[in-house]
Amino acid sequence: MGSGKEKTAKLPEGGRSSSEGIPSGTQSQFRKGLAKLLRNKMAVFGGILILGYMVTAIFAPILYPGNPSTPNLMRSLERPSWEHPLGTDELGRSILGRIIYGSRVSLMISLGVVSVGLLIGVPLGLISGYYGGKVDFILQRITDMLLAFPGFLLALALVAILGVGINNTVISIGISMVPIYIRLVRGCVLSVREQVYVEAAIAVGTPDLRIIRRHILPNVMVPIIVQTSLGMGTAILFAAGLGFLGIGVQPPTPEWGAMLGSGRGYIFNSPHVATFPGLAIFLAVLGFNLLGDGLRDALDPRSKI
Amino acid sequence: MLQYTIRRLISTIPVLIGISLLLFVMLRALPGDPALVLAGQMASPEDIELIRVQLGLNQPIHIQYAKFISRLAVLDLGRSARTQNPVLEEIWARLPNTFLLATTAITLACLIGIPAGIIAAVRPYTKIDYLVTSFSLFGISMPVFWLGLMLVVVFSVTLQILPAGGIGTWKHVVLPTVTLASFVVAFIARMTRSSMLEVLSQDYITTARSKGLMEKVVIIKHALRNALIPIITVVGLQFGSLLGGAVLTETVFAWPGMGRLIVDSILARDYPMIQGAILIFGLLYILVNLIVDLIYAWVDPRIHYD
Repeated sequence: MGSGKEKTAKLPEGGRSSSEGIPSGTQSQFRKGLAKLLRNKMAVFGGILILGYMVTAIFAPILYPGNPSTPNLMRSLERPSWEHPLGTDELGRSILGRIIYGSRVSLMISLGVVSVGLLIGVPLGLISGYYGGKVDFILQRITDMLLAFPGFLLALALVAILGVGINNTVISIGISMVPIYIRLVRGCVLSVREQVYVEAAIAVGTPDLRIIRRHILPNVMVPIIVQTSLGMGTAILFAAGLGFLGIGVQPPTPEWGAMLGSGRGYIFNSPHVATFPGLAIFLAVLGFNLLGDGLRDALDPRSKI
Repeated sequence: MLQYTIRRLISTIPVLIGISLLLFVMLRALPGDPALVLAGQMASPEDIELIRVQLGLNQPIHIQYAKFISRLAVLDLGRSARTQNPVLEEIWARLPNTFLLATTAITLACLIGIPAGIIAAVRPYTKIDYLVTSFSLFGISMPVFWLGLMLVVVFSVTLQILPAGGIGTWKHVVLPTVTLASFVVAFIARMTRSSMLEVLSQDYITTARSKGLMEKVVIIKHALRNALIPIITVVGLQFGSLLGGAVLTETVFAWPGMGRLIVDSILARDYPMIQGAILIFGLLYILVNLIVDLIYAWVDPRIHYD
């Protein structure tokens, strides 16, 4: 199975490689899925939101030429005006500028987080599901232990151990996502392993690594892609939560959650300080959730919620 | 059933020991000396050493853990490094507050989420369905701490009808409850909708309708009862996220619960407190999962635990 697809397999794009090793019928199904995704208005809206944030993050220095962290105490807590469309914070810094630069921080964090989750979770899930036995048992007990904590609490506990800061935020939230990927991938592998073509590959003596790469991984790609989109949203939400509590990204780095946290003190007289960073978080998370939902509907119609 | 309950309870012990071991080793192995933090910047090396001896930090790590576990067996979680009060006492004082908030929030979430999900499933792909699905997506994407602050702006600052924080009267409970319930409502509504949609397409629903039963009876008695299992799972799982959300909500509303206790302890590097609080949270979550499992058997008599 999957023969004659070597050319597509070498293409670096994530979308294509997911159809590697799948019979050609499934390949067209994958294209159909993409077409279905583009017809889903909500998913397209989500995609546009994310694209908007990405453009903002990349062109931040052009969109806001000044330094978003330089205080200007003469102009603190100003309401929105032409000069500062979203007003200024307690140190007189432009809230718009800080939100623009904050999109860099938040996107970087969420990319880092899902990378940690994917790089650790996917291989462990593959090993656990494919080999079974003792390795599976031990890995699953560790996963049980990690899943015994709700995600945000686990990230919080890890921050308690590692300390505050941007790197520790990424590592903590990333590790808190690892058990989700392990479970997800393991579950998929268990069902794919039973397929005749995998049994056939084992029977003809194909090396394990090749079976995993060619036959198993492509079949678990769709849930991984969906989970990654949803995971990006969760990562932004968690990172903002930690920032808000003062144990995430530290000032003066412009981070949405931390901005909200410091704006909390001025909620009675200057509610705009807390309002706009929150809106930025909300729209970013909404974008990833809409896209993730759309991807699931389009690519994985069997799954429930 | 009783046997199953006991077996499930016993099976949580290794998980708890594992959690405590992980927490213990990681807390000790990583940088940041609690004795230094406690002593403050002005302390002499002798003072720091004294605190280290007092906390038992000068002993080998396996002895520290053995002591920790043997104390744990008699529910002694040590003393807070910050307040010097017994950890369990501090947790005990805060736990009812968090429990109150979690209960009111989950009740509110069920009261709104389940009917909303049913309505959406009964009229799929209509305006009301889109309304429910969009609102639940909003709820899932909303940072709870932001929603909390916005509610404060509207109800405490502008309208001045509800307090912005603190604890005492029923009025203090309203805003934190709504905040905490917001994203749980979303999950429950989504799960109810998809679970009901699946059940409503079953043959026995068509049979019930063709018998001439009233639509209300079909939906409540025939469909909802069968759709309940996934809904209960989500409610149970959400209880865990609720504990996580409580950390943020309690901070927004200055609510003296477990969540704030954890954050304050993290900021002060109060190791015994962090350890105790997280262990208790883990225990609570495992207990809730156990209760959920037992409710399954009650709701669905086909499930047997042998």
